[in-house]
Amino acid sequence: MSGAPSEQASISDSPRRERGATAITPSRAAFTAILGRDLRAELRTLQSLPAMALFAVTTFVIFRFGLDRTSLSGGLAAGVLWVTVLFAAILGINRLFVAEREEGGFDAIRLAPIDRSALFAAKAAALLAYLLALELVVVPVFAVFFLDSTAALPPLALVLLLADLGLAATGTLISSMAVNSRARDLLAPLVLLPLVVPLSIAATGALEPLLAVGGPGYHRFGAWLATLGLYDLIFLLVGYAVFDFLVED
Amino acid sequence: MTEAIELRGLRRDFGDHAALAGIDATLAAGETLVVLGPNGSGKTTLLRILATLLRPSEGEVRVLGARLPAEAWKARGRIGFLGHEPLLYRDLSGRENLRFQARLHGMRGETAEARIGALLATIGMERRAEQRVAELSAGMRQRLAICRCVLHGPELLLLDEPDSNLDAEGRELARELIGPGEGRTRVLVTHDPERALPEADQILRLASK
Repeated sequence: MSGAPSEQASISDSPRRERGATAITPSRAAFTAILGRDLRAELRTLQSLPAMALFAVTTFVIFRFGLDRTSLSGGLAAGVLWVTVLFAAILGINRLFVAEREEGGFDAIRLAPIDRSALFAAKAAALLAYLLALELVVVPVFAVFFLDSTAALPPLALVLLLADLGLAATGTLISSMAVNSRARDLLAPLVLLPLVVPLSIAATGALEPLLAVGGPGYHRFGAWLATLGLYDLIFLLVGYAVFDFLVED
Repeated sequence: MTEAIELRGLRRDFGDHAALAGIDATLAAGETLVVLGPNGSGKTTLLRILATLLRPSEGEVRVLGARLPAEAWKARGRIGFLGHEPLLYRDLSGRENLRFQARLHGMRGETAEARIGALLATIGMERRAEQRVAELSAGMRQRLAICRCVLHGPELLLLDEPDSNLDAEGRELARELIGPGEGRTRVLVTHDPERALPEADQILRLASK
């Protein structure tokens, strides 16, 4: 028995009604689409985060036995924490655009009527999410391995958030440049590390008094936070300005 | 008749090698241009220039009225490109890939879902739509790639060997989406002139470099 034909979309129902019209997809829609795809793919495949976390925890173990110390403070603690996070981040930065390069995602995105800065913003947001997730795991491990008190952790989280933002912006820029090179695994860290020297100075400068013996101090804390914020602003603006050229032919 | 494509003295170099040189062609809206030529003659390069994915080194290129590369943004979103790669993420399912593409092209909600459902049904992929692309055969990926290519209702189809990896059934189903007719404007790159020439309004033969 056949009933009335059900209403369903036909392939002749073209989504574009007006021929010749140029419709640019809103950047927010493009941003959420790309970010959602990246996070979904990472949750499904776990290609970056577990490697980053394992690298960081292993590095803490090496520092603990290499330095033969059960407690760290001041500049040494700040250096151990930041350098470990930075090197672990490089693993994620190297993989940030791999799906786009290997699976043609760059072309698919370049064919879409979107502002390319949405791709930069989405990739930087994805990297920022990876870094924050990484730190949720490794900062408690760092505290267990090296800290006598957890009083410094709340302000430390603020410093790491600002530092992560700058690292995400710089890392996304460098990763997009390096991804089409055969030597991308070498190129990304070699170009990235000099660029993040100011960020590293500011991050460790802000972390040092927080991790001082006797509890957190705030000597020049505001100045270092302002430096971190300025670095973030500069590299977010640079990324916004130049990313379009980086992904073009 | 409106010109969909106008090429004047198109040239594209890769280093010292000229992949394309002195290409002149025009294609009116609703017509099919078949591009023939041996391997290495620049067929794929030509298609990628028309798709705004490559910049011409010299010459004048207009696609859908937009001068390339300066006005490429006017043409993007109005072109459907089917290249050698399916341009699909392997870790997403077929339906997730099409949803992602739909959002990049500004399609949302029920409109996008209805369009995706109709395309998957037309190409015979409804039952495989939830499988990850990595688990699909090359032929199934090509069917999905064809859905991706026409998802946004492009005015111009750029098709590089669209029958690649398709079986006889797949080729027939694909004709409904990317075949001649319904006023489609198409540039068709092929190594199978016997099949393509009957569909051609114009032919562009590229010589080996």
